[in-house]
Amino acid sequence: MKASEKTPLCDSHVKLGARMVDFSGWFMPVQYDGILAEHYRTRSDVTMFDTCHMGRFFVTGPGSMDGISRLLTTDVRAMEDGQCKYGFLLREDGGILDDLITYRFNAERWMIVVNAGTLPKDRDWIRSRLPAGVAFEDASVRMAKIDVQGPNAFATVTRVLGVDAASLAYFRFKTFEYGGEAIVSRTGYTGEKGVELYVDASRIVELWDRFIKGGVKPAGLGARDTLRLEAGLPLYGHELSEDVTPVEAAMERYAAKAEPYVGSEAVRRHREQGPGKVLVGFKIEGRQSARAGQAVLHQGRRVGIVTSGSFSPTLQWVIGFAYVERILACVGNRIQVDTGRTVLEAQIASLPFYKAV
Amino acid sequence: MATNNLYFTKDHEWLKVDGDEATVGITDHAQEALGDITFVELPKVGKVVKARDSLLVVESVKAASDVYAPVAGTVSAVNDRLGATPELINQSATGEGWICKLKPFDASMVGSLMKAGQYEALLAEH
Repeated sequence: MKASEKTPLCDSHVKLGARMVDFSGWFMPVQYDGILAEHYRTRSDVTMFDTCHMGRFFVTGPGSMDGISRLLTTDVRAMEDGQCKYGFLLREDGGILDDLITYRFNAERWMIVVNAGTLPKDRDWIRSRLPAGVAFEDASVRMAKIDVQGPNAFATVTRVLGVDAASLAYFRFKTFEYGGEAIVSRTGYTGEKGVELYVDASRIVELWDRFIKGGVKPAGLGARDTLRLEAGLPLYGHELSEDVTPVEAAMERYAAKAEPYVGSEAVRRHREQGPGKVLVGFKIEGRQSARAGQAVLHQGRRVGIVTSGSFSPTLQWVIGFAYVERILACVGNRIQVDTGRTVLEAQIASLPFYKAV
Repeated sequence: MATNNLYFTKDHEWLKVDGDEATVGITDHAQEALGDITFVELPKVGKVVKARDSLLVVESVKAASDVYAPVAGTVSAVNDRLGATPELINQSATGEGWICKLKPFDASMVGSLMKAGQYEALLAEH
């Protein structure tokens, strides 16, 4: 697929000398001054990411809670105003259409944040299945988003924007004024403290420039990937896809509500039968990395496949995710990864690989 | 570094000839394109390669890439420092980031490689 979509910050990236790549059809920065430097800067200080490519939907009106509760694995009825929650959009057979975060403004106003590559599919799926009278808006173009992440993220947001983010609890959000309604949520995809900032798209370049002037350096998709991997967070298209259920992804806790939803019957059946394969984290001593698509072996037999793998800049060894036969999916078990040139000794590890102190 | 004994391939390796020994590395353009190098799979001393054989693999954060032998030869030494500090290639691709030495090597093939000016012209085309 050729990158055809550009975020409003595209020119800013090019001006900063970013290396641009195609990501899910979007022309996005993979790095600015280097993946490792950007990774370390996020772990030790603060960086910001252009995440405008992700989708933002608003679902509003009486019946909106019933409508999205039927479609998402998220227990939206248990949410409070100002809370965000992770969950899935499933097919009837339990296959994962997307992983997403739901924001509750109030019982009749919700925002759903989805992945870039799945945006059109999600939009059609959700819109066509909402009950009559519930309003659906794809605000992905109208609103823009950047993530500010790192141990100094809250102080930076206060200094640059005058917005207090430090008092927000984890997975909580609030609105503020920034040329209209803006949102700050204590969420992210790095395993660090940090926020996601949603503002009107017409103001995003100005917002970005304010952080640049405030001394914040941007980080690209390369560092975003190594950061999320260390934090043990799955990436749609790698760990998650329509071919796996939340049971196989070892994320049943995000699909555990009692109320029926699209896919709940399949998830229940799958849990009772027991999945054939399960997602695990693994680590490899040394620097030679396993990569997505490589075979996982156990005693010479093929028992699974790597979905992500990278040298971990923070840990200084190799980490990754793989689907393996359920019977082998125990922390501490030894497995091997066939890179095609060599066989690497790996060990199933507990998640997350890295946790901010 | 003097360039009169330095040769280049279209796959962005360099070969520096010193008498009966030749040193191999990847070019500054190559390290820049790869990004942060996190691992070098060094060849074993004694490995015999033909020209264009895969000599070793360098890994960046995002991908693994083959490095090909610019000429035929036998690996006579490797840069052990790359084991713990592969970033030497990023810092000094044609200096401290050298990868291995070939001895003996097929000196008759050196003439088919590019000189610095030709290599720079190749880069300018892209």
